[in-house]
Amino acid sequence: MPSDFFVPDPEGHLPSAEGYFGAFGGQFIPEALVSAVDEVAAEYDKLKADPTFAAELEDLLVNYAGRPSALTEAPRFAEHAGGARIFLKREDLNHTGSHKINNVLGQVLLAKRMGKTRVVAETGAGQHGVATATGCALFGLECVVYMGEIDTERQALNVARMRMLGAEVIAVKTGSRTLKDAINEAFRDWVAHVDHTHYLFGTAAGPHPFPALVRDFHRVIGVEARRQILERVGRLPDAVAACVGGGSNAIGLFHAFLPDDSVRLFGFEPAGHGLETGEHAATLTKGDPGILHGSRSYVLQDEDGQIVEPYSISAGLDYPGVGPEHAYLKDVGRAEYRAVTDDAAMEALRLLSRTEGIIPAIESAHALAGALELGRELGSDGLLLVNLSGRGDKDMDTAARYFGLYEGEK
Amino acid sequence: MSAELLGSVLAKAGAEGRAALIGYMPAGYPTVDGAVRAMTAMVEGGCDVIEVGLPYSDPVLDGPVIQTADDIALRGGVRIRDVIRTVGEVHERTGAPVLCMTYWNPVDRYGAERFAADLAAAGGAGCILPDLPVQESEGWRKAAEQHGLATVFVVAQSTGDERLARITAAGSGFVYAASIMGVTGTRDSVGEGARELVERTRATTDLPVCVGLGVSNAGQAAEVAGYADGVIVGTAFVRRLMDAEDLESGIAAVRALAGELAEGVRVAR
Repeated sequence: MPSDFFVPDPEGHLPSAEGYFGAFGGQFIPEALVSAVDEVAAEYDKLKADPTFAAELEDLLVNYAGRPSALTEAPRFAEHAGGARIFLKREDLNHTGSHKINNVLGQVLLAKRMGKTRVVAETGAGQHGVATATGCALFGLECVVYMGEIDTERQALNVARMRMLGAEVIAVKTGSRTLKDAINEAFRDWVAHVDHTHYLFGTAAGPHPFPALVRDFHRVIGVEARRQILERVGRLPDAVAACVGGGSNAIGLFHAFLPDDSVRLFGFEPAGHGLETGEHAATLTKGDPGILHGSRSYVLQDEDGQIVEPYSISAGLDYPGVGPEHAYLKDVGRAEYRAVTDDAAMEALRLLSRTEGIIPAIESAHALAGALELGRELGSDGLLLVNLSGRGDKDMDTAARYFGLYEGEK
Repeated sequence: MSAELLGSVLAKAGAEGRAALIGYMPAGYPTVDGAVRAMTAMVEGGCDVIEVGLPYSDPVLDGPVIQTADDIALRGGVRIRDVIRTVGEVHERTGAPVLCMTYWNPVDRYGAERFAADLAAAGGAGCILPDLPVQESEGWRKAAEQHGLATVFVVAQSTGDERLARITAAGSGFVYAASIMGVTGTRDSVGEGARELVERTRATTDLPVCVGLGVSNAGQAAEVAGYADGVIVGTAFVRRLMDAEDLESGIAAVRALAGELAEGVRVAR
């Protein structure tokens, strides 16, 4: 039986050998990182064709991370979405609580094969940081996680989890003190320690080969979900939806559906306080082509090419860039990207909690808010698949403050 | 053409049996005019070539000192047109060749062709674009060449020989050899591998090979001048300006450092 678990893009068309998805992607990196990035690309090419690697990864995904993740129908939630049927892909049930573990386990195996003894990573919400700290604990690798100072405050639980797992967490105090600045600092670390350090990049962005590599490790999400929904409903969904910050969970879900022309692909970006306020992180909706963190994609920038500080209530989506394959899918019209405000996402978070008994991450709540809108558009015959990319435990402090949940105990 | 001026200044230093001294300062730090005066003082103190930094919001190759200076410059409202004016004024006041050093996104956003045209019109000698590796550089190089600008590439100790040859064949002006694997900032010692990198680079090109990253004092400048065609100093200049009580004393400190370093590059051989 063919494995679901590691199926690198079977079409094999994109990116090009130079790492381009149409006009987007590439390698905009300092010379000091070129040989390291080339080494990752060469090692990854070898692994793609190596059945031992696929077996090793499958063993970890099944017996350690708990894959395949469930597909859950959400009928009481769907009542609020015009009666369309809504299915949730439960990446929140993976070990560590989000989709991030898929990519981490793949890249930790890659780092081991390259003989690296130290791993650095960036994290926004802390989900990638926790997953990385987990993978490093499992394989005995030294782990340093960079996290914006603001994010260390709003995701304090995840800081404690990373430290419990033995990782060093460094609060980044530069710039907007969020995900973008954590990536800057992780790059600075990597340049200085590249001989023994692997940069375990957490989203499907960055210089080639990271956008393709991270996507391939997350393809399992869509491959599983596509099979599961065919088994359960007997047909493909009309639309699939995911939240988009850097875009790793979205590309992981979308990719298996790319050849299915009848399936519309929707990415939901954070509109923060509203697109008109300028306080958002809706890169594909409001940005322009530019270069950030090693690749050409859409970025939020001013007319001089200075990167604009983004805003979102969700630390994991609070990023002024996006993976280059999303930029490509937007430009060719294969995927559609919309923006969801903080308020709409928080309402969706509460609604899913109360109708289905599932507390989603604030990131994933953006996809849920988008799904409510899509469901009403599709009507009662509609069939919708939503990626529930992570669970909301880490967000309880933010949610409690937002909804005034602490006040009842005063 | 200013790229030719760059070549002749570097050649003249070589003919004098010494390394050239190249000084870096971000435009707009602490103000646009203050930076112009500081860079003018650097030439008066003994710098042969000036690199004007274009402050950027996300300087991933810079350490804390230049990050702070960039941040102050951007908060002060420095724009690309101010950077180009800075290049023009420093060149006009000193006659020295002036390069622009920047990350790629501001140039890409401004438009490579437009940036090259404006920089050349201001009297600029060329660009150093440390996050534009050779494989992504063709569009820029065409624009630069058309406007008589040099394109200086950075090479690193991790750069293999084959790639070194590809980079130096594409570059012009000089080759920037990074003394250490890391970001900008002063270091206690210049990397051991710098000399070997210079030798490997020389084997591929006739361009001058200049060494930067971590050089901050006359002793280090002398050491590097013993094997390289030029010595590049950035953070140490910025720090002198940053640590000074006011602009006047900062400019005096910058001029004094240029003098010390200029002696350093002359004692070595």
